[in-house]
Amino acid sequence: MKFRKALASATILAACMFGSASAAELVVGFSQIGSESGWRAAETTLTKQQAEQRGIDLKFADAQQKQENQIKAIRSFIAQGVNAILLAPVVATGWDEVLQEAKDAEIPVILLDRTVDASKDLYLTAVTSDLVHEGNVAGKWLVDTVAGKPCNVVELQGTTGSSPAIDRKKGFEAALAGKDNLKIIRSQTGDFTRTKGKEVMESFLKAEDGGKNICALYAHNDDMAVGAIQAIKEAGLKPGKDILVVSIDAVPDIFQAMAAGEANATVELTPNMAGPAFDALAAYLKDGKEPPKWIQTESKLYTQADDPMKVYEEKKGLGY
Amino acid sequence: MISIVRTYLTRLLPQLIALATIVAAVSIVFPGFLNLEIQNGRLYGSLIDILNRGAPVVLLAIGMTVVIATKGIDLSVGAVMAICGAVAASLITSGHSLGVTLLATLAVGVLCGVWNGILVAVLDIQPIIATLVLMVAGRGIAQLITEGAILTFNDAGLIFIGSGSFAGLPMPVVIWLLFGVLVALVVRRSALGMLIEAVGVNREASSLSGVLTPVLLIAAYVLSGLCAAIAGIIAAADIKGADANNAGLWLELDAILAVVVGGTSLLGGRFSIAASVLGAIIIQAINTGILLSGFPPEFNLIIKAAIIVFILVLQSPRFRTAFTFLSIPRAAGKPTEREAK
Repeated sequence: MKFRKALASATILAACMFGSASAAELVVGFSQIGSESGWRAAETTLTKQQAEQRGIDLKFADAQQKQENQIKAIRSFIAQGVNAILLAPVVATGWDEVLQEAKDAEIPVILLDRTVDASKDLYLTAVTSDLVHEGNVAGKWLVDTVAGKPCNVVELQGTTGSSPAIDRKKGFEAALAGKDNLKIIRSQTGDFTRTKGKEVMESFLKAEDGGKNICALYAHNDDMAVGAIQAIKEAGLKPGKDILVVSIDAVPDIFQAMAAGEANATVELTPNMAGPAFDALAAYLKDGKEPPKWIQTESKLYTQADDPMKVYEEKKGLGY
Repeated sequence: MISIVRTYLTRLLPQLIALATIVAAVSIVFPGFLNLEIQNGRLYGSLIDILNRGAPVVLLAIGMTVVIATKGIDLSVGAVMAICGAVAASLITSGHSLGVTLLATLAVGVLCGVWNGILVAVLDIQPIIATLVLMVAGRGIAQLITEGAILTFNDAGLIFIGSGSFAGLPMPVVIWLLFGVLVALVVRRSALGMLIEAVGVNREASSLSGVLTPVLLIAAYVLSGLCAAIAGIIAAADIKGADANNAGLWLELDAILAVVVGGTSLLGGRFSIAASVLGAIIIQAINTGILLSGFPPEFNLIIKAAIIVFILVLQSPRFRTAFTFLSIPRAAGKPTEREAK
């Protein structure tokens, strides 16, 4: 019995060694920020999945929200002689030196999800979403859905001063510009959290005639929308019908709400930033084709018509 | 009896004036502020929202008052809220009954309090450092329990604690009212309150005169942990999920602020639980008022800070002396508040 076990583990070990040997043609280092949010955890899961699908040997380093850890990780990737480096930078500044080191070692660096304040020739490309565009997609959906009817909108902003809050507001307002039937009557910050989303929505409902004056809610992320939906229900109104709910991120829980008819639409901030990054990298390594400096990920709109329960099941296991 | 009421009123006067001023100011900006109606069998209105939304800070402030009275401080309450929310959510989703979940969660809160208490009372570590340990580690523990995600649940019983109602009042309000009265009675109807104050004023002298100081100190931190556990259950039940990253975030500061606004000195000694509860309600009244007034969110924190500074100035000894001095001509013959004490 013991012998068989040993044999089995030896076989597995051999298989692993063989497997890594065959995939060793491409080794990629990934310096991730940490796991501060569900979305970030999902990004890590998907990056690992994508690497596995393509037979890439991914070296993963979790920086626990510290830039110095990321710089250390990049230096160790350079020392190991990886073929490429993926970097999700925790802050925008202070990368010039270490990126130059990578460049000198002729290792292409691809930025994921966020960009840096450094000369553009220091990295191969940046794969990010367009926050303004996300707000715009949400706004367009609302404009099309109300179809010319008058509609008062309340807005739950993200953390005051954060770039998603500023840009998602800008994009939404741009979509509503010139549409006189749609008016943003109240806008407050819900700090991207469920608790604050619920509390602020309660005050909106009180301030606008028990909610009778509100026709739609736009939340800068799904979590605030989930909180607000509870507030709307507790005020005796039907979210999704009496008050339309549109938000951004596409986390699993909002799909449950959509399946229950309580949320209407969400715009996806895809956690799959690695897929496009690996594609660009493969093309670059194959015939030296430089990708554009910015690869924009798709901001896909999901509505109740998109079988929300199915999407929920798909997303559930990603670590959101 | 009348004299007791009068003593209480004198003690609570600055807080009551502050609260009345804020309520009056908000109802000028937003006329519907004072409206109350019955909806779905419970009272509904902005005033009820204040009592309801203020529940976590009120509960934390109750425990914090007792800790501060012993010349301590508990920075870990926000993190303990997150831990307890996470424990409650994970127990209920793994199929345990409501009773087991609640008892286990409260026990975890008590355990956190025992940890803090031992660090402070037995190992003699300064309270601000001792509780900082759990403040930092606690959120990590909570994230371990929820595995970084928001753990949602659908148990009707647990949700009832967050958004149900009893006797026309939201459950969180009922809970903090009952708990507050209970703690105040236990502390004030026995010698406990005086012993706590004694420890806060001079720990060594209290020990020498036979007070079981370590036990009393540990008990104070246990109460704080218990309060944080209840607050954590309410916060999680309110959003039907445990959010380890954000539950109770920065609430330890709001709780300390509530105690200070309530007029209890951070140097320990005399304390009033009722005043701290009023302090917490004042803070929540400001928050709700700002949300209703429709100012752009960039102003939220500035408005809040300005009002707080105003209230603290009202309470400062210098200002009180000046005020007493100015009001002497009118109150001639009557003893001033200071002399009456």
